[in-house]
Amino acid sequence: MLNVRELHVSYGGIRALRGVSLEVNEGEIVTIIGANGAGKSTLLNTISGFLKPAKGELEFKGHKLGRQPAKIVQLGICHVPEGRLVFTNLTVRDNLLLGAYLRTDRKAIAADLEKVYALFPRLKERERQLAGTLSGGEQQMLAMGRALMTDGQLVLMDEPSLGLAPLLVKTVFEIIVEIRKLGKTILLVEQNAFKALEVADRAYVLEQGKVVKSGRACDIAQDPAVRAAYLGSKSVAGGM
Amino acid sequence: MDAYIQGIIILTGINLLAVLGLSVLTGFTGLFSFGHAGFMAIGAYVGAIFSSKLGLPFAAAIVAAAAGAGAVSVLIGRLTLKLKGDYFCIATLGFGEAIRLILNNWKWAGGARGWDNLPASVTIWNVLIVDAIAVVLVWNLLNSRHGRNMVAVREEELAAQMAGVNVFRYKMIALFVSAALAGMAGAFMGHYMTYITPKLFNMVKSTDLTIIVIFGGLGSVSGSILGTLLLTALPEIFRAFSQWRLVFYGLAVIVIMVGRPQGLIGGMELTPAGIRKIAAERRAKSALAAAAKAAEQGGEE
Repeated sequence: MLNVRELHVSYGGIRALRGVSLEVNEGEIVTIIGANGAGKSTLLNTISGFLKPAKGELEFKGHKLGRQPAKIVQLGICHVPEGRLVFTNLTVRDNLLLGAYLRTDRKAIAADLEKVYALFPRLKERERQLAGTLSGGEQQMLAMGRALMTDGQLVLMDEPSLGLAPLLVKTVFEIIVEIRKLGKTILLVEQNAFKALEVADRAYVLEQGKVVKSGRACDIAQDPAVRAAYLGSKSVAGGM
Repeated sequence: MDAYIQGIIILTGINLLAVLGLSVLTGFTGLFSFGHAGFMAIGAYVGAIFSSKLGLPFAAAIVAAAAGAGAVSVLIGRLTLKLKGDYFCIATLGFGEAIRLILNNWKWAGGARGWDNLPASVTIWNVLIVDAIAVVLVWNLLNSRHGRNMVAVREEELAAQMAGVNVFRYKMIALFVSAALAGMAGAFMGHYMTYITPKLFNMVKSTDLTIIVIFGGLGSVSGSILGTLLLTALPEIFRAFSQWRLVFYGLAVIVIMVGRPQGLIGGMELTPAGIRKIAAERRAKSALAAAAKAAEQGGEE
């Protein structure tokens, strides 16, 4: 579904991605784990068209991806940004409707709104409230709901559990599984590698802008080096 | 009616046109401009050309002024709207000054000496009618889905893009609307005073407009209207204090900004529905406070 080939991205002089290749197949949950600054968010932002790759190719369902975010949304890639970025002075409902900005079929939009409310009953309860009055967890749900309203097939999620209480973290990962059941494909970037590997089918480990390991999530979770670096295992981490 | 009072009402009405436009740009879309006097200047001079040189009626001059300023805004927007935050603001500042300097050196239009003997076409009625039309149009624009998209651009530009919103397009619409209204205000100004000079449209004029929008409250049409009424009238009310009146004006702005940083009525509207909403929020808040207090007392016992 999504093919990333030999992607290089730089910010000024800093090379954030140095030849990343990965693929995401329809219906999968794929996770990218790695330390802060490994290039995880850079990768998602490049797929969404916010950053310009220096080299490399991005392909989604046979279409080459360029640098126009709106076009990429139209092709069916939606993005749940890091830090949620909800529109704080708009109502919950307006936030969700903004997700459907590029769609014109009112009936389908209304039906999807109901689907999102079914997935997140809390949002239905708070439909008329300003998004800024929601708790962090509710805002994360709103950001996910907004992305679902684009009717995208591939959902990019950037650190959905960041800054949430442990109980809510659990809920967020349950929701991710629910979203897959809606027929979506998910590319998940997470610092909470343990949880991410639990829900994912496959995983890529990113280190300093390069994929250093990839494979089935359950295998990656058992990998001693990964366990040492990201899962807090007792064994001594390899030298940097 | 007293000619003096009429004069104040006309000036307020003219300011209101420019402020309404800036409210769309700054209050709702989140772009700060320090060059809107430049658009007023374009409107004033285009209007003067149409009425004085071409001898066309005042209505045509007003429409031409709006179209002229709007057209220039599209050009400027193409060049500058991709700039982020402060850089856009600085670009508008440069634009405003550039327009003023060009007019200063444009001999055919009077240059720095100004352009006099414009027809005195402005009456209290045509100002108020155009104001009413502008308020209705701006109100409808902001309460449509376009208004919602503009607020989204102001709140989280990146997230708006992620939803597929064409951020550039909405910034452009906001800039165009604000420039067209500023252009109209400029033409009204010229045909009210019958004399225009580039000095009228300096940076002080631009900042005055921005101050009114912030003072009234960002994201509120009624706030902008209230701000215009108060800040145009204040210097007149304090006129008896002669040279001290601008000090009072400054103090009044400072007091409001310290006391209410969100502006007089930022983010709210003085409509029946808006007032009900504010009242409901107040009630909910005091109920919550009462509940918290009760819980606290219960805990002490």
